[in-house]
Amino acid sequence: MRDFDYHLAADVEAALAQLRASEDGKIIAGGMTLLPTLKQNLAAPTDLIDLGGISALRGIALDGNMLTIKAMTIHADVGASDVVRKAIPALATLAGGIGDPAVRHRGTIGGSIANSDPAADYPGAVVGLGATIVTDRREIAGDDFFLGLFETALEPDEIITQVRFPVPDQAHYIKFRHPASGYAVAGVMVSRTKGKVRVGVTGAGPYAFRASDFETALERDFNPQAIASIEISVEELNSDISSSAEYRANLVQVLARRCVTALI
Amino acid sequence: MTLEVKLTVNGVERSAQVEARTLLAELLRDHLKLTGTHVGCDTTQCGCCVVHLDGKAIKSCTILAVQARGKAVTTIEGLAQPDGTLHPMQEAFREHHGLQCGFCTPGMVMMGVDIARRNPGADEDLIRHQLEGNICRCTGYQGIVEAILSVATPGAVKGHH
Amino acid sequence: MGQYGIGQPVRRKEDVRLLTGKGQYTDDINIDGQAWAAFVRSSHANAKINGIDATDALALPGVVAVYTGFDLDAAGIGTLPSEADYKNRDGSSMHKPERKIMPTEQTRFVGEVLAIVVAETGALAREAADLVQIDFDPLPAIASTAHALDDDAPKVWPEFGTNLIVHWEYGDEAEVEAKLKAAKTRVTVDLINNRVAPSPMEPRCVVATYEAPDDQLTIYSPTQGGRRLQAKLATDLFHMPVDNVRFISRDTGGGFGVRSKMYPETVAIAFAAKALNRPVKWRGDRVETFMSDYHGRDQINHAEMGLDADGKIVALKVETLLNVGAYLSENGIRLPMEGGGRIIPCGYHVPDFYFSVKPMFTNTVCTDTYRGAGRPEANYITERLMDAAADATGLSIAEIRRRNFITPQQMPYRTHLGFTIDSGDFAGTMDMAIKAAHWDSFTERRKQSEAQGKLRGIGLAVFIEGAGSRPMEGMRLRFEENGDVSVIAGTYSHGQGHETVYSQLVTEWLGVDYDKVKLINGDTGTAPKTSIGTFGSRSSMVGGGGIRRAANLIIAKGRKIAGHLLQADAEAVSFADGVFRAGAGSMTIEDVAVASRDPSKLPEGLTPGLDEEVTYKNEVENFPNGAHVVEVEIDPDTGVIQIVAYTAVDDCGVVLNPFIVHGQVYGGVAQGVGQALTESVVYDEDGQLLTASYMDYGMPRAHTMAHVEALFNVVPATTNELGVKGAGEAGATGAPAAVVSAVCDALKPFGIRHLDMPLTPETVWRAIRAARAGKAA
Repeated sequence: MRDFDYHLAADVEAALAQLRASEDGKIIAGGMTLLPTLKQNLAAPTDLIDLGGISALRGIALDGNMLTIKAMTIHADVGASDVVRKAIPALATLAGGIGDPAVRHRGTIGGSIANSDPAADYPGAVVGLGATIVTDRREIAGDDFFLGLFETALEPDEIITQVRFPVPDQAHYIKFRHPASGYAVAGVMVSRTKGKVRVGVTGAGPYAFRASDFETALERDFNPQAIASIEISVEELNSDISSSAEYRANLVQVLARRCVTALI
Repeated sequence: MTLEVKLTVNGVERSAQVEARTLLAELLRDHLKLTGTHVGCDTTQCGCCVVHLDGKAIKSCTILAVQARGKAVTTIEGLAQPDGTLHPMQEAFREHHGLQCGFCTPGMVMMGVDIARRNPGADEDLIRHQLEGNICRCTGYQGIVEAILSVATPGAVKGHH
Repeated sequence: MGQYGIGQPVRRKEDVRLLTGKGQYTDDINIDGQAWAAFVRSSHANAKINGIDATDALALPGVVAVYTGFDLDAAGIGTLPSEADYKNRDGSSMHKPERKIMPTEQTRFVGEVLAIVVAETGALAREAADLVQIDFDPLPAIASTAHALDDDAPKVWPEFGTNLIVHWEYGDEAEVEAKLKAAKTRVTVDLINNRVAPSPMEPRCVVATYEAPDDQLTIYSPTQGGRRLQAKLATDLFHMPVDNVRFISRDTGGGFGVRSKMYPETVAIAFAAKALNRPVKWRGDRVETFMSDYHGRDQINHAEMGLDADGKIVALKVETLLNVGAYLSENGIRLPMEGGGRIIPCGYHVPDFYFSVKPMFTNTVCTDTYRGAGRPEANYITERLMDAAADATGLSIAEIRRRNFITPQQMPYRTHLGFTIDSGDFAGTMDMAIKAAHWDSFTERRKQSEAQGKLRGIGLAVFIEGAGSRPMEGMRLRFEENGDVSVIAGTYSHGQGHETVYSQLVTEWLGVDYDKVKLINGDTGTAPKTSIGTFGSRSSMVGGGGIRRAANLIIAKGRKIAGHLLQADAEAVSFADGVFRAGAGSMTIEDVAVASRDPSKLPEGLTPGLDEEVTYKNEVENFPNGAHVVEVEIDPDTGVIQIVAYTAVDDCGVVLNPFIVHGQVYGGVAQGVGQALTESVVYDEDGQLLTASYMDYGMPRAHTMAHVEALFNVVPATTNELGVKGAGEAGATGAPAAVVSAVCDALKPFGIRHLDMPLTPETVWRAIRAARAGKAA
């Protein structure tokens, strides 16, 4: 790891100012992806701006039908939150299953989403629940947020402050863990709100996406059989030594069916 | 960039001058000479380096030392009573043969304490999954799982020597 | 001797130290004034080296030195020795290329050390290593075991014209082929014994110091006992007197065979320390450990078995391809032959046997000993054949084995490769496992699984191995002035709990207080001269046997001293429970120890002290064996296998401490399960290592494993004084075949007879999908 200048930001404005003032600055939230990246010398920023001191970026609140999770809230807190468990239990399950307990004590929702890591869990919830990403300057619809492998709609100097999840009527999340790393080879979030269905998929593709064929079929007939014969195209799916694109396509199918089964 | 990091380690105020890139594990091992915390991988997978930060298990290889500034760190060296009485989790690892070579052990014990704290009454299956982020190559995990189970759920381990 | 005697489940002495962070692993050791090293490694699997330019690295402030193979050559540093020497049937010798510590002309695998950078800090050394420029001329590479012997495969050593090192054979191929042809039933299996990474949790690390006035080189490093490393480094590499080199391992974070080797990194660090006259430390990371620690297994096996109408084996043929990597490692080439392959045909009586082994070079890191070291592979071959034979004959997998076991009545039984199995109750052990696993009610459990959409299978493997290997071991017992009794061992405990078990033995035999017994090991400066180390499940026999013999010498001397002081003949002095008795007089062994230090109290001709060193020799090894029964559940939609029950019955002879032996079984089983389900070292076609971290290499986790029910069927070994058989490798030896047997049982409804390890979810899913599509899997 190359050395850098470290800055503990007092608030979001200060973080933004420092980021702009730095030659090649990077924001660090929980550091669960960034620090391993730096350790492997895959990135060498001149400055790290730590959001860890901004208490205003932590917290969970339910306002009517909108669950708000602030960006620096750690996975363990989301997983154990009574508010989340009551409003969107599938989201608590998802957060409580990210990485391992030690990772969940450091990793944050903002960091997980800002990175668009294909093997992260939260992106599946963002698209599967139709969340809204709130930044220092605007709101971005979850559907428009993930643009590619490690690529999001965020500007280089933009900071996520919170994520808003509309509370669905019901939702379910299942992930298939990588046999070595434990990361999501495929993760599927199925949610239903007033007859509208969302199927968010993470892990399987270069970035989180909605399985729209599944959604259409399930809106017609919310039954695992309704999607049993719909094939996921392998064209755009990830492939590695543990899991081929074909296998991932199968996993998406199986996990989606199991989510639906769990909800009926 | 060199920084001063002040923190509480095992109940004692400590400080060190470190580079910004210094990891907490390096601060503990190289600067404070607390070598009970081990580093077994580079990718946040093995859990040999688990310590408690303000009471919660974290991987000290994946946090900057400076991020622990002002916080309380507990390492394996700080778990037993000052008079040497082992923590119940340490005692359980000894009783259930939860260690062989001892390298993963500090991380396993620190994670075990955290698991038992969060999951009183946990069963064997839950404990196995909670150990997702800790790798052991010697024990086949059997003694480790039994040790944690015996603390989280007294009386749950059966059929023992 | 009550609660601390032989056979008691004594809790470990080592634990309090290790549980409180007071272990001393190599990276915990720092020496004043030390510099730090980092390695420049090859990024190519095969390439000519046109030049190495360290100018930029050396220009970095704080960089102390950069050394390459040219520097080692100039200093006359030797090459890494290999113990192998085999001949083809025509009498021609095997190919034996030299392995330089750091090659200067050509690199042959990714991760090979090409230069060492020494700097004031570790971070600086790593930064500087990145600045060393190496001008490579990449060449085509070959990593695949299946293709390395193809005519058009790139040659790792072009001067030999082939990647084949030697063709080693046993038996008469034509005769065996004729018997196979004539057999009522003939079965064939084609198998992969997948390459795995031993992966001790402690990454490799070396600290070396050099004292110029005494020409003393001291090396701290994780080992399995440093004596052989000391001899190699001194004699073969640095051409120094052996006593001028000292290896110290205080605690070692796992060995598994891979920590008993001499690695180029160790030599390079020692060289740097000597050249700079300054302590040098290298802290290897996990990627380096994956790239440069020797790997295990990596065989392809073709095997055929012929059986008569009664299901009895008439002939066996085994043909093995072994991938040894780019160089000859110390032992790698031996493993499928007389290393571990010697136990084929395992626990079965086979009248006629042909065995062919073709070791080959590839552009990969070397393979060498890894827990089991040839025996897991051998048993896997035999047990897959037995399952196939059961299938072909219609006999159950237990019955086909029962009909072919070597029986206790046939023992001592001389094997084809010349070893004598002294004892074992293979059928009884198998039956115990079957009963303990509740095999008879399996169909009910299968129904329950099926009701949940899962497949369920049950499998069996019976195994035998050879342990307690030659040639000797040095052990010493010494009564100290402070009342302690030191066991100064040539064996080296790196997780096996020797301090506990040896204390039990000394307590049992000499009647001294358990807490007074102390283990001194891991330092060639104090170890007996004839010591070797811990590997091959040998310490119970050679260490325990050595203590027995040293204890006998102490008792004999004690009787002379006690007799002298009690005014009795030594022959009239008895010894029991720590007390020497003659007539009405008695002395405790502690009293005798005190007296022994006072020359005025000694009879004529005795030297002061109770201090006996022996060189334990036993040309005969022992044959641990066992039976494992495994139950698995398979999710047919995802291919995920879950082990739901695991029963292991072991005959490891007399059990010195069941608590510790069970621990060895559990750990070994997990490694065997890892090989069967999750672990596989993968090189791509260009020889790039794709599994260089725990992100990609599937280590078994806690949830990979199920509770293991471990039992003993004790049949004491007749060939050593303790009756012990080695316990360290049994688990890893039995598990792969048992797991694959269970999985294939679950997949039987699909007509799937065999799948190669590792049985990853995708492998299983593809097999099921292919079967469902009506194709043969």
